[in-house]
Amino acid sequence: MELKEITCIVCPLGCRIQVEMEGGEIKSVKGYSCSRGLEYAKNEVTMPKRTITTSVRAIGGHLPLLSVRTKEPVPKEKIPEIMLELAKVEVKAPVKIGDVVVKNILGTGVDIIATRNLYVK
Amino acid sequence: MLNYDIVIIGGGPAGLGAAVEAYEKGVKNIVIIERDKYLGGILEQCIHNGFGLQEFKEELTGPEYAQRFIDKVEEYDINVMLETMVLEITPDRIVKAVNSKEGVFTIKAGAIILAMGCRERPRGAIMIPGTRPAGILTAGTAQRYVNMEGYLPGKEIVILGSGDVGLIMARRLTLEGAKVKAVVELMPYSSGLTRNIVQCLEDFNIPLLLSHTVIEIHGKDRVEGVTIAKVDENREPIMETAQYISCDTLILSVGLIPENELSQKAGIELDPITGGPIVNEMLETSVPGIFACGNVLQVHDLVDNVTAEARLAANSAIRFIREGEFGKSSINVKAGNGIRYVVPQKINVDNIEKRIKFRMRPVNVYNNAMLAVKSGDKYLLRQKRQRLTPGEMIDVNLSKDILKNANLEEGIVFLVEEG
Repeated sequence: MELKEITCIVCPLGCRIQVEMEGGEIKSVKGYSCSRGLEYAKNEVTMPKRTITTSVRAIGGHLPLLSVRTKEPVPKEKIPEIMLELAKVEVKAPVKIGDVVVKNILGTGVDIIATRNLYVK
Repeated sequence: MLNYDIVIIGGGPAGLGAAVEAYEKGVKNIVIIERDKYLGGILEQCIHNGFGLQEFKEELTGPEYAQRFIDKVEEYDINVMLETMVLEITPDRIVKAVNSKEGVFTIKAGAIILAMGCRERPRGAIMIPGTRPAGILTAGTAQRYVNMEGYLPGKEIVILGSGDVGLIMARRLTLEGAKVKAVVELMPYSSGLTRNIVQCLEDFNIPLLLSHTVIEIHGKDRVEGVTIAKVDENREPIMETAQYISCDTLILSVGLIPENELSQKAGIELDPITGGPIVNEMLETSVPGIFACGNVLQVHDLVDNVTAEARLAANSAIRFIREGEFGKSSINVKAGNGIRYVVPQKINVDNIEKRIKFRMRPVNVYNNAMLAVKSGDKYLLRQKRQRLTPGEMIDVNLSKDILKNANLEEGIVFLVEEG
């Protein structure tokens, strides 16, 4: 039996969750206080995921950058690759909050969406 | 002179929340005064997620959270003055402001809501010896450069202070290709949220050096490195532990100070610990009809709490313009053993409808301690708390029925009981 201690990052409460593992299988989960926390803990011991928040170059907007994020969390180990891919992306103003900037980034099935309105300068 | 029922100073989350609430409660002759070019305040540069879980039941980034309120301000056609600086407010609620279109002008306000937020403690506030090269900046400034202006402030970075903005910037700079060599924290614990230590430092193997500080900055024109050392229990550096780290940038995340120059000028009494106004249960300052909410009142961890506080300030301001002055708040609220401060600092039980929320921070980290509320020798409340840490604000709700038992002379005291 192996006990894994996890700090939940779903919300700022930061619940401390204990996951009991045996032979790669989850035996029990304790210490979570919501269903999202339970799901996070299960993922964290099998396939950890993160939401990436970053920015891409913008042309003709009121800011030189457009802030973006992955619409859903992506596997943690994909973060460096996705960042390199996003370094190549350029968008043209105007962009509306929620617009898809990159569809299905690197085949993860997750879209990159705009997190702010970008107005034409 | 212009006339508004409520003048809101600051267009960040507190000001936006107060404006939307006032409008929805039927007070429409209001104005938001904002010194920046756009509404949203500091949320506009906080492009990371973690906002809105309580308010909207979903996880948003800063600009997304702000936009929810900006959309409402636009839908309701609430008056907004951008690029406008408030110069002075008076105890009889005259607001003097300036912008490049109108010049200097005055507004008569039925009520004023202070929502100016806070600013960062700079290098001068922590007195690090050494030269004054380029490459030393606060975490918020670095955040603005990276997220809004499109500049990377350096390639090899040391961050002093482990407040949330510092932790967030450690990850952000790493993602953008910089090497964050260490986050150095004077205290034996981080003042940031635990989740940020996990997802901003541990995820990227960035070392967090607790009980350490920067004792010297090196470099003439540009930062070349810093010397760090371990500190003893009195936070004095232990010189034998000094070590040099080469870097081109030092980022400071060493605390936030509520921005209260306007309040002071108006004669509003400030709390020396929070740096914000002393307020009552209505979030009214010592000057009748002037209310405070958000980081100008106390530095919050979560924007959702700022919005909740802004709503209370808006409702109190409405009550003030409709009913006039409230009765005197005569019960003093004090921070006892283990508690650094409590807001509000005084209350009048008659003004409380059902219950009231007190917000406070402990002075230290406590595990499995009791959080108690006493009036004289009498306990009003005793709650077991698994973990108390200065980095996480404590909420305590007290009902009117419980508060009725408080002794007027003794006031009420919040304290931590260990063991």
